[in-house]
Amino acid sequence: MQDALTIAGKSYQSRLLVGTGKYRDFQQTADALDASGCEIVTVAIRRVNLGQTAGEPNLLDFLPKNRYTLLPNTAGCYSADDAVRTLRLARELLDDHRLVKLEVLGDPNNLYPNMRETLKAAETLVKEGFDVMVYTSDDPIAARELEQIGCCAIMPLASLIGSGMGILNPWNLQLIIEQASVPVLVDAGVGTASDAAIGMELGCDGVLMNTAIAAAQDPVRMARAMKLAVEAGREAHLAGRMPRRFYSATPSSPLEGVISSRKG
Amino acid sequence: MTTLIINGETRQFDEIGTLDTLIDTLALRGKRIAIEHNGEIVPRSQHAHTRLSDGDTLEVVVAVGGG
Repeated sequence: MQDALTIAGKSYQSRLLVGTGKYRDFQQTADALDASGCEIVTVAIRRVNLGQTAGEPNLLDFLPKNRYTLLPNTAGCYSADDAVRTLRLARELLDDHRLVKLEVLGDPNNLYPNMRETLKAAETLVKEGFDVMVYTSDDPIAARELEQIGCCAIMPLASLIGSGMGILNPWNLQLIIEQASVPVLVDAGVGTASDAAIGMELGCDGVLMNTAIAAAQDPVRMARAMKLAVEAGREAHLAGRMPRRFYSATPSSPLEGVISSRKG
Repeated sequence: MTTLIINGETRQFDEIGTLDTLIDTLALRGKRIAIEHNGEIVPRSQHAHTRLSDGDTLEVVVAVGGG
């Protein structure tokens, strides 16, 4: 496989990971995922609606097992205990599934991760045999600790979850990318295609997004845009950009042979 | 009467046997769910062998859309 993204020993062609929340309906979810070309999709784990479940469609019916790798998350958990319990339930729900997205939040308004609880949960989950992709602040020290614990992917935020503010601190992201020996994925904050491309140009191994696609005017079209952006950003990263030249220009056209009416 | 706390709600049942019979009572048969019983995951294969008692706490979850 050429230029594959390898996470916990499994290779993926697509470097775009997509969430399944906030779409109009399951059909739109399926259409957007299809257009995005993604292979890993996140799902949330929630209490079943007791009493009025008869005939209700199920998200999993729209996510063919042979096409997508599911990534159950711990969205909404504010403690290590709740996150660990949620993922144990996910493992049972998804037939001994090991690949998970850990996020432990610290504040309901900004959804910023609580790193103390995140580290604690990561330790337990790794010990229990989970492959942990972990949502983190863009703090290189926290990122390094998560890697040392044994997380299989480090996923720093670009900006707040669902904010669409793009990559606010490319320098921190770069510090994390440079030191990491596991994949680094931008998770949260992407607003539009250029944000995803910038993340990939910086050297991220992938991008995870949900709202940027689901909350676009045309989610399916935006999903396609994101696919192209992630591919373009990855290609640009591998190609190696030209050096930036501050304070001076260089023409692209030859200096010689320009017609001129200037004398001597 | 048996009282169970299911997904944070207190519910009363005339008669309750195993987790497996509760799945029918709650009309959850055939759904992709996972169950935690008094804080411990109960594998699907154990549903029929897990007896419920008065005051037990259950969490029953499904996969939903999320990022």
